[in-house]
Amino acid sequence: MFKDLLFIMLGSALVNNVVLSQFLGLCPFLGVSKKTDTAIGMGSAVIFVITIASAITSLVYTYILVRFNLEFLNTIAFILVIAALVQFVEMFLKKFSPPLYNSLGVYLPLITTNCAVLGVALTNVQKEYDFITSVANGFATSVGFTIAIIILAGIRERIDEKAVPESFRGTPITLATAGLMALAFFGFKGLL
Amino acid sequence: MKIFERLYNGVVKENPTFVLMLGMCPTLAVTTSALNGMQMGLTTLAVLAASNLIISLFRSVIPNKVRIPSYIVIIASLVTVVQLLLQAYLPSLYSALGIYIPLIVVNCIILGRAEAFASKNPPLVSLFDGIGMGLGFTVALTLIGMLRELLGAGTVFGFNVLPQSVEPISIIIMAPGAFFVLCWINAAINKIKKKNPKSHATAKSCGDCAGCSMSGVCSGTKQD
Repeated sequence: MFKDLLFIMLGSALVNNVVLSQFLGLCPFLGVSKKTDTAIGMGSAVIFVITIASAITSLVYTYILVRFNLEFLNTIAFILVIAALVQFVEMFLKKFSPPLYNSLGVYLPLITTNCAVLGVALTNVQKEYDFITSVANGFATSVGFTIAIIILAGIRERIDEKAVPESFRGTPITLATAGLMALAFFGFKGLL
Repeated sequence: MKIFERLYNGVVKENPTFVLMLGMCPTLAVTTSALNGMQMGLTTLAVLAASNLIISLFRSVIPNKVRIPSYIVIIASLVTVVQLLLQAYLPSLYSALGIYIPLIVVNCIILGRAEAFASKNPPLVSLFDGIGMGLGFTVALTLIGMLRELLGAGTVFGFNVLPQSVEPISIIIMAPGAFFVLCWINAAINKIKKKNPKSHATAKSCGDCAGCSMSGVCSGTKQD
């Protein structure tokens, strides 16, 4: 049981990295990776939201959708749950934990329509994970996202000082960097 | 007249992939072959045209304050319908695109067009705006898919094109290749834009954040 869980987590954090091999959550990955500090902030917010969202969507699926034979409504149900959840988390943090809100608050609205959140929820259902596995998978996936975005931000800070050919400045060089990172992450295939 | 203008606008002037840089996730993920790219494009076209039509029909009924959630519910319902239809009638397509079909819900092109066009214009024009944008997306995905399939497998739409002696670069159809190909395309677009700065609509995504659903929020540059 524990061993299976560990393999699933390693798989979703490194081997099938959410951005570098599944292409989910590319927008924040490319958009919020200019500085390491903001990348860390975005990464923590994503870990926070995806872990809670996988827990809640898993419960909604098992206890509401499956129970009433409404599995086909999962896309609609999940996107609504996620949107409401992000709003709620934002309000909750604002009221009860202002320091956490100050560090994560800016990133929260950006996460609502992040395809990684919906992607993880749908993957959990597709692979028929139980509650604990879903939460573990969500956590590991978002940790994978955070690892990738922090590495990218670190590299971009260095690229900023280099003489990049003019046409490649901005998005193209970032995409090339991401490509090389994806290539490097191929190396983790040997882990499993 | 207006209809043709909309189609031209979607395919050429404001091509969602090449000009506006929206919907990058599916663009990278499903363009492993020309056929996959085209199928994804057509699926998105169906959802986009239907959502534009419905949102335009209801544009005076939907209260302004809850318009985004309403659009999301409409789009999610349409995606579910399309998903069930594909599962029933085109199971091979359904399994090839997998999780990327339900993820059409969070494709920013659809919500972007709903917000920018369908909510302000009459139904027929909105329908053709959706078809135009969808065609633009399909053309872009097919072209990228063809390029990747040609370089990575030596085939186009499954037909052998390159002679046996040419070794295909298989990395191009794997995950890193998607980033590399998009990098080249982006660099080429930058080059063209620099040569004739006036002839192209500016990419209304926020800076170099490659569009997607965040374009409306991430730096306040709401596209219109």
